[in-house]
Amino acid sequence: MDKIYSVNGPVVKVAASKSFAMQEMVYVGNKRLIGEVIRVQSDFTTIQVYEGTTGLMPGEPVEGTGAPMSATLGPGIIDNIFDGIERPLKRLEELSGAFIADGANVSALDEEKKYDVTVTVKTGDMLKAGDIYCTCPETPLITHKCMLSPLSKGGEVVWRAEDGSYRVNDVVLKIKTARGETEELTLCQKWPIRTPRPCKSRLPITKPLITGQRIVDTILPIAKGGTAAIPGGFGTGKTMTQHQLAKWCDADIIVYIGCGERGNEMTQVLEEFSELIDPKTQRPLTDRTVLIANTSNMPVAAREASIYTGITLAEYYRDMGYHIAIMADSTSRWAEALREISGRLEEMPAEEGFPAYLPSRISEFYERAGYVEALNDKEGSVTIIGAVSPQGSDFSEPVTQNTKRFVRCFWALDKSLAYARHYPAINWNTSYSEYVEDLEDYYCENVSPDFMQVRQEISNILVEENTLMEIVKLMGTDVLPDDQKLLIETARIVRVGFLQQNAYHKDDTYVPLEKQYKMMKLILDFYKLAKNALSGGAAVDKIIGCGWIEKIIKVKYDIPNDKPEMFDDYENSMRADFAALAGGAKA
Amino acid sequence: MNVKYIGLSEINGPLVALENVKGISYDEMAQIRLDDGTERLARVVEVEEDKAVLQVFEGTKGLSLVNTTTKFQGKPMELALSTEMLGRIFNGAGKPIDGLGDIFPEKYRDINGSPLNPVSRTYPRNYINTGISSIDALTTLIRGQKLPIFSGSGLSHNKLAVQIVRQAKIADENGQDFAIVFGAMGVKNDVADYFKRCFEETGVLQRVAMFLNLSNDPIIERILTPRCALTCAEYLAFEHDMHILVILTDMTSYAEALREFSSSKGEIPARKGYPGYLYSDLASIYERAGIVKGAKGSVTQIPILTMPNDDITHPVPDLTGYITEGQIVLDRNLDQTGVYPAVSVLPSLSRLMKDGIGEGYTREDHQMVSNQLFAAYAKVQDARSLASVIGEEELSDTDKAYMKFGILFEKYFINQGFDVNRSIEETLNLGWNLLSTLPKSELDRVDEEHLEHYYSAEKAKALFEENA
Repeated sequence: MDKIYSVNGPVVKVAASKSFAMQEMVYVGNKRLIGEVIRVQSDFTTIQVYEGTTGLMPGEPVEGTGAPMSATLGPGIIDNIFDGIERPLKRLEELSGAFIADGANVSALDEEKKYDVTVTVKTGDMLKAGDIYCTCPETPLITHKCMLSPLSKGGEVVWRAEDGSYRVNDVVLKIKTARGETEELTLCQKWPIRTPRPCKSRLPITKPLITGQRIVDTILPIAKGGTAAIPGGFGTGKTMTQHQLAKWCDADIIVYIGCGERGNEMTQVLEEFSELIDPKTQRPLTDRTVLIANTSNMPVAAREASIYTGITLAEYYRDMGYHIAIMADSTSRWAEALREISGRLEEMPAEEGFPAYLPSRISEFYERAGYVEALNDKEGSVTIIGAVSPQGSDFSEPVTQNTKRFVRCFWALDKSLAYARHYPAINWNTSYSEYVEDLEDYYCENVSPDFMQVRQEISNILVEENTLMEIVKLMGTDVLPDDQKLLIETARIVRVGFLQQNAYHKDDTYVPLEKQYKMMKLILDFYKLAKNALSGGAAVDKIIGCGWIEKIIKVKYDIPNDKPEMFDDYENSMRADFAALAGGAKA
Repeated sequence: MNVKYIGLSEINGPLVALENVKGISYDEMAQIRLDDGTERLARVVEVEEDKAVLQVFEGTKGLSLVNTTTKFQGKPMELALSTEMLGRIFNGAGKPIDGLGDIFPEKYRDINGSPLNPVSRTYPRNYINTGISSIDALTTLIRGQKLPIFSGSGLSHNKLAVQIVRQAKIADENGQDFAIVFGAMGVKNDVADYFKRCFEETGVLQRVAMFLNLSNDPIIERILTPRCALTCAEYLAFEHDMHILVILTDMTSYAEALREFSSSKGEIPARKGYPGYLYSDLASIYERAGIVKGAKGSVTQIPILTMPNDDITHPVPDLTGYITEGQIVLDRNLDQTGVYPAVSVLPSLSRLMKDGIGEGYTREDHQMVSNQLFAAYAKVQDARSLASVIGEEELSDTDKAYMKFGILFEKYFINQGFDVNRSIEETLNLGWNLLSTLPKSELDRVDEEHLEHYYSAEKAKALFEENA
C-alpha cells in the first residue's frame, strides 16, 4: 500500500512508488478523498486532491483506481447539478447537510431510478463503436440514446433485454466481439474527462446559434459548433449575458459551468431555470439544462476539473445528435486554478505567474467545440461560450489574450456602457465575429435575402458615429453639419433602440430574427427618409423633433413579437409624416 | 496526543519547522510553550513525512531552536461558540480580551467552515432599508448579500458603515433577533474605538461581537480574524435564527498579511506579490454570506477595503469585485466637495438588487428610476468632460440641463448627512423630482404610465428655486 509522504494545500506527494499512472484517479487518505496523479517521478508521485486536505496525515494510505479521472455518462445527467468532479450536489446535501463535507463517496447518477428503456437493436445485428443500442426518455424534452463506447471494438448482438424499465447499471445488451469476448452493456459508460470524445468528421459551420439577443444575432453572430469569449471586468454583466444566452438560445441542451463563481448565482440559475418555461416546448428550462457548480470557496483542484467534466458531458450528448451550448463562467477562474496548482508544484512561471502551458490548455478546451458527424452518423454540435474575467479589467492580461487567439467570436463587455446601464454592455467597436461570412447563406435563406446588406448598413452607421464622436467629444454636436447631426441621432436610435435590450421585459428579453430584421429596416428607412427631407430643405431640428426617433426607440416594447405586421403601419405612417414635413419645407 | 516535542529545527519569519515528529496532520493546531511559561498558538501549514512546518500566530519573537516545547492538538483550529459572545470583545484568534473571562462554550467549530452547497442556499430577495438614498435606490442592499465598500484612506467609509448599522432595519417584521459581528483586521486603535463608541451610542453594543486585530497585532492572527468572525456569525445565524450583519474592515490589510505570510513561506508570487491563491482565499471569506434553506437567520456581509492609491484595478479590490455581489465605491472628489456619503454612483452596483426590489418589496417603479438615474448621471459625466473643453456656455440646451441635473443630484440625492434617514418612498420621490428637471424626451428608461404619474415640472422648479 502506498502512503502519503507530504501534504501542502491540495497537493499531496507519495514517495518512491511505481504503481501510479499519469492522470490516474486515486483515493487519498483514510477519508478516501478523490485525487488525480499529475506528476510521476522516480522519487515522488504528485497528486492533486479535489477536496479539502485538512486533517490528512503522512502515512495515510493512497489507493489507485487504475483508471483516469472519468465522468459517468448515462441517463440522469440532465436536470441535475454536479460539483466539479460530477458528484450530484443534491445527493451530497442529503448526506452531509447544507455544508459540503469531505470524502463523500457518491455515484454520479441515481442508481435506483428506473428508466423506460426501448432496445433498438435485435439479436444478430452487427454494432460498431458509437452505435445506439437503446433509448429512454430522460426528461420530457430529451430522449437519452445509449451508445457503444467510442473505444469499443463492436461486435454481434448475442442477447438483448426486453423493453421495460431498467436502472442505469442493469445489463440490457450483450455483444460478442470479433475475438469472441462477450461485452455487457448497461445504460451508462465512463469516459476520461481530459480526452476529447472522437467523432467521424468535423463538418463545416453553417448554422447560427439563435439567441434572440439583437446585438448577438445580427451584429456579432455565433454559430452552432462555434466558440465565443465574453471578457469583461466585474459588474459589466458577463454572468447576466450568459444567463440570457442560456435561457433563450436554440440549443437542445445547455451545460452551465459555474467555475469559481458565486454560490448565490448558482442558486439563482437553479431557481430561475426551474420557473422559466421554454416557449417552444412549454417545459421548464431545467429539463434541458445541466449545471456544474464549483463555487469560489469550493476546492480549487475541482475547479480545474469542472471545465473538463462539463465538456465531456456535452460531447456525450453531441454524439446522440443534439446541439449543446456550454456556458463556462468563468474560464479565468479555471486558469487561476491552473496557476495555483502550478505554484504549489513549484513550476517555472511564465506571464504573471501563470504556467507556460496556459495557452495550450486554453486551446485544447476550445478545440473541443465543433459541428460534427458522430461515429453513428448523427449530426450534433458543441458550442462553447466562455466568460473571461480579466484582472484589473485589462484585456491585455494573459488569459484574455490567449483566449482571443483560440475563439472566433469576441464579445468585449465595456465598463462605460455598463455604468450607463446599457445592457448587454457588448462594445460593438472592439468586438468581432468571424462567423458572419459562414452564416451569410443561412440568414439570406431564412430571414431575408438582403439581411446581410441591412446588417452592414447598420454597422456602417455605428462606425461612422464612432469616428464623429472623436470630434463631438471635443467640440459638442452643435458644430457638426446637419447631415452629420442626423447620423448621430440615427446612431442613437441604433444604440438605444436596437442594441440595448431589456432582459426583464417580457417581449424584449427574446426577439425573433424576423423582428430584429424589421427593426433594422425601420431604422434605415427613417434614415433614408430623413436624409431626403434634409436635402429637400427641411430643418434638421424639425426632423429630429418630429417624434419618430422616440417612437422607433420604443418599437422594441410597442410592437409585440408576434405581430410583425405592425411594422407596415409604422412604415406607412412614418412615410406620411415625412411627406408632410417635406411639404412644409417647400411651402 | 500527549507527546511534547522539545525545540525547533528552523525559524523563518512567522514559520517554524519541526523534525522527527509523528502523526501530525495537515492544518492541525499546536501550542508552543516557551521556557518563560508563555504559550503561543500555531498551525500546521505543511507536513512532510516526519517534518512539519508551523505558522506561529503571535509571531516568532523570542523563539529559539531550544527554548520551546510543542504540543499538537490533533484537530484544526476551532472557535468556542456561545450566544454569550454578543457584547464581548475578542482578539483575532477568538480569545476574549475584555477582561470578562472565557466564555462558556456551547459548541466548537472549525473556523475554516465548509463550503455551502449551492443547492442548500436560498436566493436572497429581502431588501434591507438603510435609509441612505444612494444605497437604497441605486445599490440596494439585500439580506444575505455581500456588498463591500471600496474606499480610500481618509474617506468616510467607517462613518458610512456606522450609519448603515444604525439605520438598517435588519430585523424583520417578526421581530427576529439581529446582531452585528464586527471583525477588524489591521485597523488603527482609533478606528476600533470609533466603532465601539458608535455601537455604544446607538445602543446596540450588547448585540455586537467584536473581533479585533489591530495594526500592531501579529499578522498571522489577522488571517484568522475574519474566519473567527464569520464562524461566530454562521453559528448565530443558522443555529440561533438571527439576522447577522458582518462588518469586516480592512480587507486590504488582510490581503497584505496574507502576502507577507506567503512570501515568508517562499511561495511563487502572482500579481503585485500577492499569492496566486488570493482569489480562492478571499472567496473563502466572502462566500460565507447568505441564507441557508430552512434556516430563519441570514448572514449579510459589508466588508470594507481601502484601495491603495484609490486604484480600483489593484488586485484586492479587483478580486473582491469578482467575488462579491456588487460594490459601493466612494469617491475622493465628491468627498472633497463636502458630499457625504461620497458614493461614486456609476461604478457602484448591487447584483442582487434586481430581484429584491419593485412591487412587493419596495415600489414598482424602483428599477426604472434607478436605471434612469444611472443613465442620466452617466450623461452628466459626458457633458462635464465636454464643458471642460469647450466651456459650459457652448453646450447644447440638453447638455446644459444635464449639467444642472448633475449638480442637483449630487447636492440633494447623494448628499444627505450622517443623521438623515430617508424612507424608500422619500428616496424614490426625490429621484423623480430630480429627473423632472430633465426634458421628458430624455427619460427613455421609464415607461409612459409612470412618467405621467411622477414627472412633475413644478417639483423640479421648486428644486431649482431652493438651489438658487
